[in-house]
Amino acid sequence: MIEQNLSLLLVVIPLLAAPVTAMLPAGRLPWLLTLIVSWTCLVIAGWQLSVVIDGSVISYELGGWAPPWGIEYRIDAMNAFVALILSGIAAITLPYALRTVEKDIPRHQTSLFYAVFLLCLVGLLGIAQTGDVFNLFVFLEISSLSSYVLIAMGEQRRALTSAFQYLIMGTIGATFLLIGIGLVYAETGTLNMVDLNLRLQPILDHRTVHTGFAFIVVGIALKLALFPLHLWLPNAYKYAPSVVSVFLAATATKVAVYIMLRMVFGVFSNDFVRITPTDQMFLLLGIFGVILASVTAIYQTDVKRLLAYSSVAQVSYMVLGMGLASVLGITATLVHVFNHALIKGALFMACGALVYRVGSSQFENLNGLGRQMPWTFSAIFIAGLSLIGIPGTAGFISKWYFMLAALEQQSWLIALVILLGSLLAVVYMWKIVEVMFLRPASDNVASVKEAPVSLLIPMWVLVIANIYFGFYTELTVNVADSAARLLGVAAYHE
Amino acid sequence: MKHNLILRVIAKYLFPVIALFAFYVQFHGDYGPGGGFQAGVILSVAFILYTLVFGLDTAEQVLSPGVLRILACTGVLLYAGTGVVTMLFGGNFLDYDLLALNPIEGQHIGIMLIELGVGVTVSAIMLVIFFAFAGRERS
Repeated sequence: MIEQNLSLLLVVIPLLAAPVTAMLPAGRLPWLLTLIVSWTCLVIAGWQLSVVIDGSVISYELGGWAPPWGIEYRIDAMNAFVALILSGIAAITLPYALRTVEKDIPRHQTSLFYAVFLLCLVGLLGIAQTGDVFNLFVFLEISSLSSYVLIAMGEQRRALTSAFQYLIMGTIGATFLLIGIGLVYAETGTLNMVDLNLRLQPILDHRTVHTGFAFIVVGIALKLALFPLHLWLPNAYKYAPSVVSVFLAATATKVAVYIMLRMVFGVFSNDFVRITPTDQMFLLLGIFGVILASVTAIYQTDVKRLLAYSSVAQVSYMVLGMGLASVLGITATLVHVFNHALIKGALFMACGALVYRVGSSQFENLNGLGRQMPWTFSAIFIAGLSLIGIPGTAGFISKWYFMLAALEQQSWLIALVILLGSLLAVVYMWKIVEVMFLRPASDNVASVKEAPVSLLIPMWVLVIANIYFGFYTELTVNVADSAARLLGVAAYHE
Repeated sequence: MKHNLILRVIAKYLFPVIALFAFYVQFHGDYGPGGGFQAGVILSVAFILYTLVFGLDTAEQVLSPGVLRILACTGVLLYAGTGVVTMLFGGNFLDYDLLALNPIEGQHIGIMLIELGVGVTVSAIMLVIFFAFAGRERS
């Protein structure tokens, strides 16, 4: 029974656990249940990936209604890969959550907090699992609504305005996606992704299909924080509770990247991307995104905001990979989805540890802290190297594949932008190093101790994963490559 | 509202009528227009009218925030639980055919159960939202 319902249990277990968590008494019990659930999800997601890694597909019919009429969960290598990233990040974030949530969230709200956290996980995992575009929209709303709540739970009152800003932008994005899905549905009469792909091919030149496509792409781009639609992101990450910043930074935009890939290449097609100016648009926005967001990151005076702008830049790399529209480009995008989740997870965890001890992530409060908190500081340093793309780290692998994809098409401009982005990353990561290590310590930090062990262990697991996946690339690259091929992306040839 | 005798009496009479209509929409949703969401909203309207006339404190004696939270969670559990039961019977998630010996009867039972789950959750959440706004001045 378990193996037959494997891909569904991944969504239903956290869905059942969320209301149970909400009814538990406040304290550590809700945390414990959430921890168990997220580790169970990780096991299931790993199992699922091991089933589909050979290129097979799991198809699950909800309610016994055969697709394309019923809702279908359709798991191929890409879905399973994204689901593994999501549940892995959730499983590693929860041990970290215990101490920071006790500090950030009032005690009587803890059970509700973890219930909302689980709902957010349900939404994200559901997006990864489903093969139905309307079901995808519903899960997107579940994850978005719960992330607005999670962000609004931040300590400062500014968290409310940031969450509201995100709510407005996110709702516009979701509405656009829904309008697009509606138009495409009107043209084809189906919502199943595989079926949509088949039925769209003969009518790809219809105006309605083009309009629907435009709505879908802009809607997802808002969720993706694609430059120039990224303005909601820095504040949302800055004012959210530490653990929420970690979780959302490592998962939310990655899932949006997945949706973009699935809709643009899976539902429409590689040819459609090439006959419309979609690939050039992705390249253009990607180039501007990498450079301008990195430059903006340099001028930040707050670690969290700096990392948030860096996230916008890194997402722009993924968009560059999509713009290249080749197997190598999509492989690079998917590899970077994985590696960036590791990098940003580690960096935001370190940042959360600073906030835990100092109460602020402003540069002026962090002077000379590197000597007081050596483990946190070295985590930032190593994850920073990975972000820049130094050989021997996970970040290098992604940059390497982006380079390969760009050079395959002789796009020297793209190659140059990728290098320039890395150089700018050196500058903004160096700013953190300079503040934390080279500046003299101010008096108020003299008594600051190293972060608690329960924060350091998850952080260092991710840091070590950054190094591990810099050497052993079988999992990431092979899965990403077979996912890109299953998506129907053609290899590049002139 | 202490002196508005007519309002108080009418509200008391309206309450069971509205609630009855909510249950009609709930349980007849199988055959006619309606269903859990609409029924949940209508049922919560009965309580909202009661609260408007008799005050928040009186209403919370009947439905405290704790009770509402449990009701809201129970509805979701009922819905998802129905799906889990069908899985335990060896079918897919929410495959109602397996809930009874006859598949048509199974479909009836299944849709009743999940619509009941929707109804309970929706009416509880509506009241939570209403109480949250109505109680703003107290906190």
